[in-house]
Amino acid sequence: MISEFILHAALAGIGVAIIAAPLGCFVVWRRMAYFGDTMAHSALLGAAAAIAFDIDATLGVFTVAVLVALALLALERRGGLATDTLLGLLSHSALAVGLVVMGFMAGLRLDLFGYLFGDILAVNTYDLALIWGGGAVILAILIRIWRPLLAATVAPDVAAAEGMNPHRHRLIFMLLLAGVIAIAMKIVGILLITALLIIPAATARRLAATPEAMAGIAAIAGSLAVIGGLWAAMTADTPAGPTIVVAALVLFLAGTVTWKRKAVDHG
Amino acid sequence: MPSSPAPDLTARPGPLSRDSDMPGGVLFRATGVGVRRGDDWLVQGVDLTINPGEIVTLIGPNGSGKTTTAKIVLGLLRPDAGRIERAGALRIGYVPQRLTIDDTLPFTVRRLMTMTGPATDTEIDRALERAGVGHLAGAAVQRLSGGEFQRTLMARAILRKPDLLVLDEPVQGVDFAGEVALYELIRDIRDELGCGVLLVSHDLHFVMAETDRVLCLNRHVCCAGTPQSVAADPEYRRLFGPRAVETLAVYQHHHDHAHGPDGEVIPLSGERGPDAHSHGDGAVCHMDHGPSPAGTADDQ
Repeated sequence: MISEFILHAALAGIGVAIIAAPLGCFVVWRRMAYFGDTMAHSALLGAAAAIAFDIDATLGVFTVAVLVALALLALERRGGLATDTLLGLLSHSALAVGLVVMGFMAGLRLDLFGYLFGDILAVNTYDLALIWGGGAVILAILIRIWRPLLAATVAPDVAAAEGMNPHRHRLIFMLLLAGVIAIAMKIVGILLITALLIIPAATARRLAATPEAMAGIAAIAGSLAVIGGLWAAMTADTPAGPTIVVAALVLFLAGTVTWKRKAVDHG
Repeated sequence: MPSSPAPDLTARPGPLSRDSDMPGGVLFRATGVGVRRGDDWLVQGVDLTINPGEIVTLIGPNGSGKTTTAKIVLGLLRPDAGRIERAGALRIGYVPQRLTIDDTLPFTVRRLMTMTGPATDTEIDRALERAGVGHLAGAAVQRLSGGEFQRTLMARAILRKPDLLVLDEPVQGVDFAGEVALYELIRDIRDELGCGVLLVSHDLHFVMAETDRVLCLNRHVCCAGTPQSVAADPEYRRLFGPRAVETLAVYQHHHDHAHGPDGEVIPLSGERGPDAHSHGDGAVCHMDHGPSPAGTADDQ
């Protein structure tokens, strides 16, 4: 019999996997993996701020992730340092500041491990509502801007010349990404969110012929990783978040090997 | 073309129709336009008008501001000096100089075609066939050769039925026969849609036959006019060196053209002057009766 908390965990994980898949594809296409990481690392600071100001943790994480994204855009525009340097600077500073601020709150008995690596088994109905409700909003917006965002990804100059607004769509995309990070933090933790964005998308790449198919296959791969990871974590008594990421990795490797073999057969 | 006091910088497409927006149906006009990077002017004092049904070619050496000027026309760059006028609701088709599509993105030619706007499969297939790449609709864009990709980008721009078609070095990676075919395609599209065309090229030799006007740039307008008058201009010769001589060889009997001072617009007409001569021969002839293009669907 499946206990209620396993069911909650699976529903939450699958919800996050479905939302993360299309956004993760854009992260891969736009080569923004490190950027996603930077936003995710700022989540700890967001969580600490949420406690300090007594606001909802998800809102705190979302707000700080957006601020970090805007800071990066501003620094990028100012020039002088390469983007990866700026990302490294912001990413690790945000994480360090977050840990220090958390340190000041030692009296609150915070579950630091839970923030860093997720606590999917502690998901409650409020979290579920947030994941599926917030996820539906994020997906709806993404579908609405799908064509211009794709054009802005493939050829921003062409998109702009032909009447689209790639800057605006990039900004909307960053907001959506911040939203996913805020929602996904509880599931896999801030250190592993990027993995959930990228690994299923990478798994889907060789199997897909269109961008939409890649997003769909990534959603399936992510969901399978959640189910497989949860099952393995239960069986082997390992931490759930990291185990889900390991399951995603196994799927990726299996997909790569299968594809290579197929390529050899056809070649 | 009548000159008139037109409204200031209108980078955004307005609700007005082209005709009511710009006198004489002019698509785009730049007056004394310049773009600055730090203390340097990338281009300066550029006057450029594009009318419907007209092919305007920008030539110039590397770093002469050709692409910068094209980006002003496209609305991608805001000039630091001068004035821009643009027809309202101007529909642009843009063939960029370079476009790299990341290998992580599964993207077929068909998808590329509808990147910035919807189209039916029939429309897509027709546009691809016109550009001679009809058989590639289902191919992944990353697998195309340089020439195939250029043709696909051209097909994509045509599909939009633009008012203004902007092509930045459209013949890169295309062999000679393909080059001739592409220029003929540009001409046919112009004839069919009546659109204005802005063509950026480093090589005047090949674009002569179809071009109505040439602007030779070297951070400013060195000379402008018909292809024949520009080819005969000493500024042009100085900029392009041996290549200009080679081109000029075709036009050797044209050396008697009048020349304006540096940066001034040369009178357009090649037919004036004491010993005016017909210009329809030489390289122009060579283009008109050049190798038959393979794969263009002229007869559609």
